Amino acid sequence: MTAPPTPGLSARARVALTATRALNAVSRRVGIGSGTVIGGRAGLAIDPGLLGRLAAGRTVALVSGTNGKTTTTRLLAVALEVSAGAGSVITNSTGSNMPPGHVAALAGGGSDGPVVLEVDEGYLPASVTTLHPRVVVLLNLSRDQLDRTNEVRMLAGRWRGALAGAMDTTVVANADDPLVVFGAGSAARVVWVAAGMRWRADAVGCPACEGRIVFGADGAWSCSCGFSRPAPDVWITEPGEGDGEAEWTDGRHHRVALSIPGRFNRANAVMAAVAAEALGIPADRALGAMATVDEVAGRFTTPVIAGVPTRLMLAKNPAGWAELLALVCPGDSPVVVAINARVADGRDPSWLWDVPFEDLRGRPVVATGERCLDLSVRLRYAEVEHQTVRDSVAAVGVAGEEWPSDAGRPVEFIGNYTAFHDVLTHR
Amino acid sequence: MSGSALRVVVVYPDLLGTYGDGGNALVLARRAAWRDIPVQLIEATSDGPIPEGDLYCLGGGEDGPQVRAAEAIRSDGTIVRAVGSGAVVLAVCAGYQIAGRSFPGADGRARPGLGLLDVDTVKGEGPRSVGEVVAEPLDGLGDIALPTLTGFENHGGVTRLGPGVVALARVTTGNGNGDGSEGARAGRVLGTYLHGPVLARNPALADLLLSWAIGSTEPLAALDDGEEEALRSERLHAVSRSRFTGRARS
Ligand SMILES: [Zn+2]
Repeated sequence: MTAPPTPGLSARARVALTATRALNAVSRRVGIGSGTVIGGRAGLAIDPGLLGRLAAGRTVALVSGTNGKTTTTRLLAVALEVSAGAGSVITNSTGSNMPPGHVAALAGGGSDGPVVLEVDEGYLPASVTTLHPRVVVLLNLSRDQLDRTNEVRMLAGRWRGALAGAMDTTVVANADDPLVVFGAGSAARVVWVAAGMRWRADAVGCPACEGRIVFGADGAWSCSCGFSRPAPDVWITEPGEGDGEAEWTDGRHHRVALSIPGRFNRANAVMAAVAAEALGIPADRALGAMATVDEVAGRFTTPVIAGVPTRLMLAKNPAGWAELLALVCPGDSPVVVAINARVADGRDPSWLWDVPFEDLRGRPVVATGERCLDLSVRLRYAEVEHQTVRDSVAAVGVAGEEWPSDAGRPVEFIGNYTAFHDVLTHR
Repeated sequence: MSGSALRVVVVYPDLLGTYGDGGNALVLARRAAWRDIPVQLIEATSDGPIPEGDLYCLGGGEDGPQVRAAEAIRSDGTIVRAVGSGAVVLAVCAGYQIAGRSFPGADGRARPGLGLLDVDTVKGEGPRSVGEVVAEPLDGLGDIALPTLTGFENHGGVTRLGPGVVALARVTTGNGNGDGSEGARAGRVLGTYLHGPVLARNPALADLLLSWAIGSTEPLAALDDGEEEALRSERLHAVSRSRFTGRARS
């Protein structure tokens, strides 16, 4: 890739940029990294202001939240290609969602097109200050990796602080998640999307007063202090199986038909469409472009693993698992559930007891991964019959052999972060 | 146990449920049901009164919710009354601190607990205690001898035991109370820092609590705990391996 000219950068910033590009190229070539973090780190060490300088004058959109960041970032990038042209949107598609990854994406991008970055929840406040985004998409907030970050409420407060100062930013926020509403509530311009929220256990305590949020049957919620669900500007209806429709308060409605499955992905797409619209792309054209996306970093692909067609899915926390279990149930194909507890996953898998594995009763289930024994005990108390096979590829093989699907449906594989990637490398 | 079914009450899962703690109550309820002991699993959220119960489970929580839970449980009064008439309490992590006489709020200031256990918790000086715990149970827990305890701790508090309690166990890996001991017990109230959830990783402890709650002096009928035993032995091996190699592995 030819490095674009970078007028207006200081000598120091140019050195930092050159170092970033050189190290990224080396790391990609020798295969020690995906070439997105090492170079970025070096660049930031030489010039701590590099990120802000690289982003200056560009159209930047940020996507953050506990679940759906990578998918929504991808969908929004594809939508922006409608006017920017294929390949001209700069994005951190490998999911390196902290400043070194952002530097690497900007340094490597060969165009002056729009920038769409997935941002780690904790880095969102600093990223808003540094990158002056035109749009920020806020998906949801829930517990994740409890042995590292255990204060989602505090995160919402920090979002709120950072967005209060972002006068030129349009925030696209999930009106159904009280923590997101609190985080976005200080922003000058917010488009509220009723994007749904299946997991509510982290949203019961009111972020505004420490009182209690009460949820109504129709999705409305409120606290006695007056903090309540804002009237949505956009909402999603589900007219049929696997199909959705987004409706605007001005009467417009557009079909949401994606190649990737699930209610949560349709919600991600609508959030991305609203963000695209804030950047000048009509929502219907944005949604049309998103329909072509059939995988996101391996998620929702159906490769053959150990001779068995297998649909690969990633869930990192109870909220994510609840969505995917709802996606695969009801059904009768075998389900392989995989859990590791490396640093990237969080060392403590106690959260498995917050996942509604009871949904899998009656299904053929194989527990696998480095923490398959924690999973097997969890499934025992969920009264889900299962087998336990430590090696995840072998587990898929067992699932395919013992329960061949006569309808040609693939085995469903759901793994947490490193367990998913272990299997992905066997595609 | 009064009435027809054993009442297992999860106390304020909306405030004290941060670490999959609802699992402890689920383990108790299933292990009772598998033995044909009639059992009722009740989730008592913080917007209503705490119901009468035979066995109360308090879990972990963040600082703010912990303070609110302690205030609400105190003003509700049901648990303290029930313990007076023989109810069993399993209190884990933040719940353990709440069951004690005092614990620190987010600002470090001491807050009153329920006084069910003669322990006081203060903010620790060092970093949070996070990681696998192995602890050897001490005598005096009852007629049933417990095997080695395994769990995962994640807390910033140091808990000092008064003369009114006995420690549950002596830690061989991890921090526990902070002085080499882990957990505390007074009568039928048992506090511990162990997550996992603790009863999933230590089914013998679950059965001890159940036998207290149903007033059984005989050991309960054995269950097929092959999966729990496999998990226990893997966790214990993982800890001894990490000590041997000097690396944190799990
Ligand atoms: Zn409130």
